[in-house]
Amino acid sequence: MNIISLSPFDLSMAAVLVVVLAFISLILKLGIARSIVIAAIRTVVQLLLIGLVLKTLFAYVDLLWVALLSIFMLLLAGREVMARQQRRFGGLWGYGLGTLSMFISSFTLTVYALIVIVGTDPWYTPQYAIPLLGMMLGNTMTGVSLALDKLTTTAWQQRAVIEARLILGQDWRTAIGDITRDSVRVGMIPMINAMAAAGIVSLPGMMTGQILSGTEPMEAVKYQILIMFLITAGTGFSAMLATWIGARHLFDDRQRLRLERLS
Amino acid sequence: MTILRLDEFQVLTLKPLSIEIKDEFICLSGPSGAGKSLLLRAIADLIIHNGEAYLDEKKCSEINPVQWRKWVGFLPAESAWWMDKVGDHFNKKNNPYLTLLNLPEDCFGWDVSRCSTGEKQRLAIARLLAQKPKALLLDEPTASLDPESVTAVELLIKNYAHEFHVPVIWVSHDDIQIKRLKNREFKIYNNEINEVMT
Repeated sequence: MNIISLSPFDLSMAAVLVVVLAFISLILKLGIARSIVIAAIRTVVQLLLIGLVLKTLFAYVDLLWVALLSIFMLLLAGREVMARQQRRFGGLWGYGLGTLSMFISSFTLTVYALIVIVGTDPWYTPQYAIPLLGMMLGNTMTGVSLALDKLTTTAWQQRAVIEARLILGQDWRTAIGDITRDSVRVGMIPMINAMAAAGIVSLPGMMTGQILSGTEPMEAVKYQILIMFLITAGTGFSAMLATWIGARHLFDDRQRLRLERLS
Repeated sequence: MTILRLDEFQVLTLKPLSIEIKDEFICLSGPSGAGKSLLLRAIADLIIHNGEAYLDEKKCSEINPVQWRKWVGFLPAESAWWMDKVGDHFNKKNNPYLTLLNLPEDCFGWDVSRCSTGEKQRLAIARLLAQKPKALLLDEPTASLDPESVTAVELLIKNYAHEFHVPVIWVSHDDIQIKRLKNREFKIYNNEINEVMT
């Protein structure tokens, strides 16, 4: 293992690039310089914090703490999903729908991977559990927000069509069927792209990281394949869940389209 | 024969309405925004309402909504289409109403995007009648049609209503048309629905 440790000076050399980018954006009046700087600062602070948390967590392997951090990550991911929605469900649904579907699929698949595939001991070994879950959540988040956004905006635009189909005696599932299918598909496209491009167009981040830290390439590749499969399944299942529950909630028990449930 | 009965039927700000419609034409008029479409949409159970609607003795709230909507044939003011070809919106490949509406046999092969508003409206009527509804709720069915088509639609609906003895609610702004069609006439004004006595 020959890891070249990065010094604060090394990182500041990289930060200079972002500063230059922000500065040029300012000159070009792109109106995005502020966002760049804030996002960059968030990256530093958030990553340093999680670094500290992980360091502590790895030192004291404890299910309770792993669970707490997992829940915290889930809640933040849920918030991001909600924030990406142009028309979201009102009230608790707006937050709960995405969060619940991510919880069901990400947590189940991560536990499955830990126990059945990787076989860590104990199964919640934070060194495996937290990065796995993090990658699951990060990707399902994208899938769920894309799918839900597609569902709600299309339903809003196509109100007349959905109602016309109800009028002609279709049940709610059929009446919104084209839209739910499109939504799930849109939610899954990024993952399918990522799988198709992996290794040719892009070297996936996790694999790159492992190789940089001295892991033998074939080992890194195997882990990357595992991760790809897991997050594809996770993204797909949670996009389906969120879309189906969401579509159902667009109708009431008399199968009336209730768009006022979107805010 | 089907009887459409509304019992203390009430939607949004409209005053409650109790009415029994037998084998007859009810014409409904009133200024734009008075709530004519709202009433029809509520009878089709597309929006929340109070009170109860009955077809014969079948209660709306106790019937599967899909079945209910097939029974009360509601024609919205604007037709909606979701497939590319006209024919994909029809369950059966032969529709006896097309020729009666001056539509050619090959219209099922048409692209929806190339149909005129009037053609779409007539197609929508053929699509609705093919479901054999037990009542007809028609929201300005002839508003976008040329005089010749208006006559065709009126004749077709009349014949359908007489053949199957179905109650018809026909929303119209056209006084002459109302005179021509009505058995009874109702007006919505200031949230009240009243029968026009002549």
